[in-house]
Amino acid sequence: MYSEKVMDHFQHPRNVGEIQDADGIGVEGNARCGDIMKIWIKVEGDRIVDVKFKTFGCAAAVATSSMITELVKGKTLDEAEEITNNTVAEALDGLPPIKMHCSNLAADALKNAIADYRSKLRTV
Amino acid sequence: MKVVYLDHAATTPVRAEVIEAMLPYFRDKFGNASSVYGFGREARKALDDARQKTADILNAGFNEIVFTGGGSEANNLAIKGAAWEYRHKGGHIITSGIEHHAVLHPMQQLEKEGYEVTYLPVDDQGLISVEEFANAVREDTILVSFMHANNEIGVIEPIAQIGAITKERGILFHTDAVQAAGMLDIDVKKLNVDMLSLSAHKFYGPKGVGALYVRKGVRLVPLIHGGSHESRRRAGTENVAGIVGLAKALELADAEREAVVPKIQRLRDRLIDGILQIPNTRLNGSREQRLPNNINVSIEFIEGESLLLNLDLMGIAASSGSACTSGSLDPSHVLMALGLTHEVAHGSLRLTLGRDNTDAEIDYVLEILPPIVQRLREMSPLYSS
Repeated sequence: MYSEKVMDHFQHPRNVGEIQDADGIGVEGNARCGDIMKIWIKVEGDRIVDVKFKTFGCAAAVATSSMITELVKGKTLDEAEEITNNTVAEALDGLPPIKMHCSNLAADALKNAIADYRSKLRTV
Repeated sequence: MKVVYLDHAATTPVRAEVIEAMLPYFRDKFGNASSVYGFGREARKALDDARQKTADILNAGFNEIVFTGGGSEANNLAIKGAAWEYRHKGGHIITSGIEHHAVLHPMQQLEKEGYEVTYLPVDDQGLISVEEFANAVREDTILVSFMHANNEIGVIEPIAQIGAITKERGILFHTDAVQAAGMLDIDVKKLNVDMLSLSAHKFYGPKGVGALYVRKGVRLVPLIHGGSHESRRRAGTENVAGIVGLAKALELADAEREAVVPKIQRLRDRLIDGILQIPNTRLNGSREQRLPNNINVSIEFIEGESLLLNLDLMGIAASSGSACTSGSLDPSHVLMALGLTHEVAHGSLRLTLGRDNTDAEIDYVLEILPPIVQRLREMSPLYSS
């Protein structure tokens, strides 16, 4: 049911963990559906230089979380914001249809982290 | 790779002796049991023998057994068939909130047709209260359906006590004994039931065949109309090989039950005790009123599907009440009925043992599981170590 890429990222997730002095933190998902993702970003200039995640969820949730960390590292914030949940799913060679809805939320979590970073900039 | 099958509540392999008993009825003895010539009589004889064997084990009469296309059909026939037949006597039905979907969905259909259904809650151990049941009975209650043992948490419900009340009140009582057969005594007289459902593939028989015990005198509107098979309660040429397989499997299960159950129960207790050594875990459902082969635990901070896939990668076949494994967005209605939170329900693991599981397999699971849990917890935002 899952692609090889999904299983690879599920078994060997990239960039798991937290960033202690993160510049932005984003959360997405809820316990009801069973998927919660949290993402930490470190920003220098307008570039994401480091990114880590923790995810409670199924293989699709873990794999999309892992994949987005690979996709955004080194990207500018504007570039990163253009990534959609669909982009992430495509990068994993697709997800089962039912997972597209419930477990494909990494891009939303990232957007929340970027918004968090930007809101902090404004308040400084 | 080592393979450890721990999902016997989902299905079981067909035993060699059962296949052996079934084989002649596919080729050499292929006759239609309704035909008058030799081939037909041979098939009829096999059907009669299977019906008698099944009836004997249930402590029922020959004509009280209806063979069906599985457990779901048996449940549907009992519930819809009785509700339709006895509509003139009233429109109220009582069941529980933790029934299998093959009971709950027919109930919902009946509600659409104007029947009123009371779904009794269970306590935090998964048990139905006999007292609450007695209070729920009304003048217009025509049917009660409670499962003998739950498919997810293995909890054994007080069927005989409930049956004593329905008997006294003259209300029809059906029990879904699909998970109980092979593990518990399913004597319909002791259980005080009017109808009881079975499914062959849960006790080492073939898939696609089940049976419904229907007490003499109880009438049902058939689901399938056609020929006069199964005393006009279920039309369609009989699945002779399947029915022979069901009876053979039930006969073996019944004969070996007293020897096999203590062995399985010991393995179950080892698994439960071993898993509960992991911090932040809980057993779902009563430990005492529990099927000898069922383990259902919640492992906090992790999600069931991730756990199942990791176990699968190590050759362990298990099941979960997580939404991800149910094809819906909500976790199991049974676990939610126990009062579990969504995240704890999502982190459930069901292991169901069979007659061939060994101590070495339990050792393997208890060796493999803790590091997987640790790894998943370390990547969970809900967990802080």
